[in-house]
Amino acid sequence: MNPHNTTGEMEPDTGTDWFGLAARYAAPIFLVGLVLVFALLQPNFLHPLNLLNVLRQVSISGLIAIGMTFVILTAGIDLSVGSLVALAGLVGAYVFKGGLDNRFAIGAEAVTGNPVIYAVLAAIAVGIIGGALQGLAITRLKVPPFVVTLGGLSVFRGAALLFSGGGPISGFRPEYTWWGQGRIGIVPVPVIMFFLAAAIAHIVLKHTRFGMHVYAVGGNSAASDLNGVNTRRVTFMVYVIVGFCCGLAAFLLSARLNSAEAVAGMGLELDVIAAVVIGGTSLFGGVGSIFGTVVGALLIGVLRNGLVLMNVSSFVQQIVIGLILIAAVAFDQYAASRSRA
Amino acid sequence: MMNILELNGITKNFGGIHALSGVDLNLEAGQVLGLMGDNGAGKSTLIKIIAGSFPPTSGTISLSGKPVNFARPREARDAGIEVVHQDLALCDNLTASMNVFLGREIVRKIGPFRFLNRTAMNEQAAELFADLKSETRPKDLVRQMSGGQRQAVAIARTRLSQPNIVIMDEPTAAISVRQVAEVLDLIRRLQRAGLAVILISHRMPDVFSVCDRVVVLRRGTKVADKPVTETSPEEVTGLITGAIETA
Ligand SMILES: Nc1ncnc2c1ncn2[C@@H]1O[C@H](COP(=O)(O)OP(=O)(O)O)[C@@H](O)[C@H]1O
Ligand SMILES: [Mg+2]
Repeated sequence: MNPHNTTGEMEPDTGTDWFGLAARYAAPIFLVGLVLVFALLQPNFLHPLNLLNVLRQVSISGLIAIGMTFVILTAGIDLSVGSLVALAGLVGAYVFKGGLDNRFAIGAEAVTGNPVIYAVLAAIAVGIIGGALQGLAITRLKVPPFVVTLGGLSVFRGAALLFSGGGPISGFRPEYTWWGQGRIGIVPVPVIMFFLAAAIAHIVLKHTRFGMHVYAVGGNSAASDLNGVNTRRVTFMVYVIVGFCCGLAAFLLSARLNSAEAVAGMGLELDVIAAVVIGGTSLFGGVGSIFGTVVGALLIGVLRNGLVLMNVSSFVQQIVIGLILIAAVAFDQYAASRSRA
Repeated sequence: MMNILELNGITKNFGGIHALSGVDLNLEAGQVLGLMGDNGAGKSTLIKIIAGSFPPTSGTISLSGKPVNFARPREARDAGIEVVHQDLALCDNLTASMNVFLGREIVRKIGPFRFLNRTAMNEQAAELFADLKSETRPKDLVRQMSGGQRQAVAIARTRLSQPNIVIMDEPTAAISVRQVAEVLDLIRRLQRAGLAVILISHRMPDVFSVCDRVVVLRRGTKVADKPVTETSPEEVTGLITGAIETA
């Protein structure tokens, strides 16, 4: 599922490369096939409310997958996203409540300490700081991203537990929960945020200097450096971007669940990384797109939803998604070795 | 005439490896210098120091009499030094045109934002390739290109600015005879335009046909520096291998 050319350029007309074409559209084709299969097996699947439900379910992990696309395009990885979501969500909720005194107050009577906008900004600030710290460790201390963010996974989770004392902060007033549960028209708010973020990220990646440099660093970091690209800054920035996405997603998640918890986002990195990789972004860096990531996120959402409708247990879903992830990477390896030949 | 480039006592150690020891080198505008030496002699290290890839362990660099200290390649480029690196320094995943413009993209302002102007970059890249008599197409991915086309991309980069010095590290190592002729022709044109050129090459005929001077490095030390008219391929070969001590 590795598109050979997803840097927004035309393919040269050197005859039909059937493998290349198939590889490029594998994820969208698979997605359409999956939708057709579930539609045949389960008529309810195509009901607009169910489709919106699928979108709502993928919106949180999809939002983070958009940030993760930047990271993986530079041949990096961020394993800490789930933990950072927990920490950022708690801090946002804490700010909204103005402290831990009324952490369990329920419903519309729940006391409010600060306006929602402060909560959003606080959650995003935590995400950005978390991402920036990891970005610094990667670019300045030269510790590999895998190790830094594996450490981050533990650090942020520990910080979240410490901060909250283990318990949740829950029961928000409607102006807070609207961001997770509300709709504009019939479209859930998190879904709108997801597509908005995708559109902006797409423009940044394909049409700005920074986006081009993200691809360049992933393609050949040393060559980018020789050509005057500030590779260190680009690498730092992609971790800030995924941190921003984690902060925003943390706020939306706590609003949807009406609760911020230290155990939120456990294992979230699986769905996030799977969406990016299944969507055709290469773990080797330099190849991939936001469009692919959106398709990858939808694919996982459709798969989960369809399997639920067919009464397949969530344990089996875990297995299926893990296997598809491995298959996508195997495919990527094969495509990479083929293009090197 | 003022030296456009002056190196004094350039030494470079990589840990215990003495890549360069006390190299002096002068270059005048309009001069083509052939830099020769066996593999590992220190040629690429010397030009990387000039190009700002890394600083020398000791020694000084002056441009037109002014001492410079490049912290990064961009600073050397801004000072008028363009380099075609030995490995070409290309991003395989990007198009020919994006590689040419990497680090100095053409952008278009829309409100407070600046967006890539791909059309302008593709058009300008097409002109550069035509000028180099290369059939490289701007929108082709570098991954899918032949050695000659890749070479053209790396050389086209040096034509984006108005440099004073162009350095080519083995630009003819992996290309066809016809393409070699094009590269040598380009070097002559650069020279006529008053630029200084450093050509690293193993090919005696190339060096003797376009260069005014030849410098030979052996194990990090300069062992010869003379006009091509006062030496011969045989003598240079002897200097490279060590059969002739110095000249
Ligand atoms: N980045 C580096 N780190 C360590 N050793 C290096 C590095 N670059 C070059 N060298 C060593 O310096 C010497 C000169 O290399 P180089 O300048 O590439 O030679 P040439 O270009 O003449 O073939 C060699 O022994 C090489 O192994
Ligand atoms: Mg070399």
